[in-house]
Amino acid sequence: MAKIGIPRTLAYFNYYPFWKIFFDELGHEVVLSTPTTKGILDDGVKVAVNDACIPIKVYHGHVVELANKVDYLFCPRLVSLRKFGDFGTETFCPKFLGLPEMIRYGIENVPEIIDVRVNLGSAKKQIDKVCYEVGQILGNLPNQILQASKKASVIQKKYEELLHQEFLPEQALDKVFTNKKKAKKIDKKDKFEPELKIAVVGYPYAIYDNYINVGLLNILKNENVKILTQDMVNDSDMNKQIRTLPKSMFWYYSNRVIYGTLHFIHRGDIDGIIHVTAFACGPDSMVDRLLEIEARKRSSIPYMSVMIDEHSAEAGVRTRVEAFLDMIRYRRDKN
Amino acid sequence: MKVSFPRMGYSYIALKWLVEHLGHDYIVPPEPSKKTLDLGVKHSPEFACIPFKILTGTYLEVAEEGVEVIVTSGGMGPCRAGYYWVMHQYLLDELNTGIKMVGLEPPRCDLIDFYKKLNWLRKTGGISLNAMLNVLKVTWEKLKVLDDIEMLSHQVRPYEKKRGETTRVLWKALEMIDEANTLQEIKDANNEGIKAINNIEKDTSRRPLKIGIIGEIYVVLEPAANHYIQIMLGEMGVETDRSIYLSGYTRNATIVNLEGDIYERAKPYMNEAPIGGHGVNSIAETVIYAENGYDGVIQLAPFACIPEIVAKGILPQVSKDKDIPVLTLFIDEQTGKTGVQTRLEAFVDLLEKRRETRNKIERLAI
Repeated sequence: MAKIGIPRTLAYFNYYPFWKIFFDELGHEVVLSTPTTKGILDDGVKVAVNDACIPIKVYHGHVVELANKVDYLFCPRLVSLRKFGDFGTETFCPKFLGLPEMIRYGIENVPEIIDVRVNLGSAKKQIDKVCYEVGQILGNLPNQILQASKKASVIQKKYEELLHQEFLPEQALDKVFTNKKKAKKIDKKDKFEPELKIAVVGYPYAIYDNYINVGLLNILKNENVKILTQDMVNDSDMNKQIRTLPKSMFWYYSNRVIYGTLHFIHRGDIDGIIHVTAFACGPDSMVDRLLEIEARKRSSIPYMSVMIDEHSAEAGVRTRVEAFLDMIRYRRDKN
Repeated sequence: MKVSFPRMGYSYIALKWLVEHLGHDYIVPPEPSKKTLDLGVKHSPEFACIPFKILTGTYLEVAEEGVEVIVTSGGMGPCRAGYYWVMHQYLLDELNTGIKMVGLEPPRCDLIDFYKKLNWLRKTGGISLNAMLNVLKVTWEKLKVLDDIEMLSHQVRPYEKKRGETTRVLWKALEMIDEANTLQEIKDANNEGIKAINNIEKDTSRRPLKIGIIGEIYVVLEPAANHYIQIMLGEMGVETDRSIYLSGYTRNATIVNLEGDIYERAKPYMNEAPIGGHGVNSIAETVIYAENGYDGVIQLAPFACIPEIVAKGILPQVSKDKDIPVLTLFIDEQTGKTGVQTRLEAFVDLLEKRRETRNKIERLAI
């Protein structure tokens, strides 16, 4: 039985349920870092290479927080998550590929890092292989591992279905990990008639982390806006958009953002698009301009990009979002 | 058709020959200048890397001269460079330039696409398949010879008695290669160029420092992007070797050759390859330069270049283990020549001091 630290950022928002259940079933304890705070960011800025983007710095911060509390740090090397035969040569951003090493050489006294290579695109059933490797490091038996991964997959599927039903990850996680009675309560709380529907697109770690996005989601909720993200679009809807571009990008999250947004553009009930991007994010320098051009070409839906860095402040974002919403309302009333 | 291409170092000499003999009119892109950069910065996304911005500027400059097609390289990531041509097509369309971008994907990634695009260039130029193969062969030879000559110049420059003479002779040699049209002529031009450079008056009593230059391909190859760093260092009396040459993929003579197990060398520090661009290469090359007795390494990269940032995060450990100083220069549109020079001078001073102390210790030991 070991203590395994999972930083509450980057891929956490997509795959936490899977690994939580997996480790629980194997009899280990998962230690989750606290939601991002100023202290975590500051710690990250101190240890990370100074040219890195804010999400990578935040990740370093979360690792610093976990460092003395756990036996293992779970930092898999995410290479590709598309299933076999699904799609081209898509990988993650280079910073994800080099993340285990950046952590190892950047932070003093890191616990042992579980840096298994996750490349689901290379052959069929790769996820079993990944689970097996993780289990072996922790000293579990093969059939135990297989059972745990099966159970984890079920929960993960349930989580993804909830996302596709247009729940935000926060709510979906609550629903997955609480009993049915409590889940119903969450349902009730959520029923409201939205005035506007806004697509908030961007990388999961930028849009769902309430510290990094400087409260963007809360601002929108208070304005009676229904928030839609690319994670609420199912794969087949997304894949339909692939042929409409000259060439796909190389990065998993970027492609999700692009094809998700294109889906929203054609859906017909979206009032505006907000793209959340991090300062000096490599892929986003391309993604942002591409979305801007495509949104203009294909529709008349207003598009805004919000850039965040270490110095973003809530007031600045609030002003821009309010102006954006006012503009949408003004346009709607005029027509 | 009027065809142009990106400019990277002296490769334009071979590329313009290629375009001409494929049966098209060529337009040589001007050397990147302040105007190029200003144009590029104005029309590119804010956080695109500097090579992207320079290329945007270059394309807009050649657009004024009526270029119809720009041939460039593609790529399969995960570095941004592979998506350049798509993005440039979007930008050029927005500005109504009417230019068509042809991005040649690496043949090992997408052979059909590569062949289709090359064949299209051949057909519109109106030459036979055999003729094209011959043209490609000669172009390749030119690229190799251009690299040979340049490599030699960096070795000779620190010994030159009259400052700037190597550069002058180099240009003469480049002109000769420019005029050559057959394999034999290229060979002759090369021999003559090598002779001329070797004949430069040298002060062999000097003991120049040796610095390896690593990093992202564009800023390493294009002197206008890196403020002529190799010439600058050469004139400070430093011998430089750079890790990337366009024809380097087939070389064995160079210190860093990609035929070998470059990724193997990086493995102790980076257990994943490739991570895009030259990120892993930078780590391996630092190891190689350290083991070949180099005094220091300079990492060149565009601001916000993702693979090089990863490398930068790991290089301190390599530097410590292998006992070799590494200077990282991130280049963007704000980088000035004086700033680069000051930092280089400081770095060179440090290396000299280091060598002196070492020699003293050695002498004491004896």
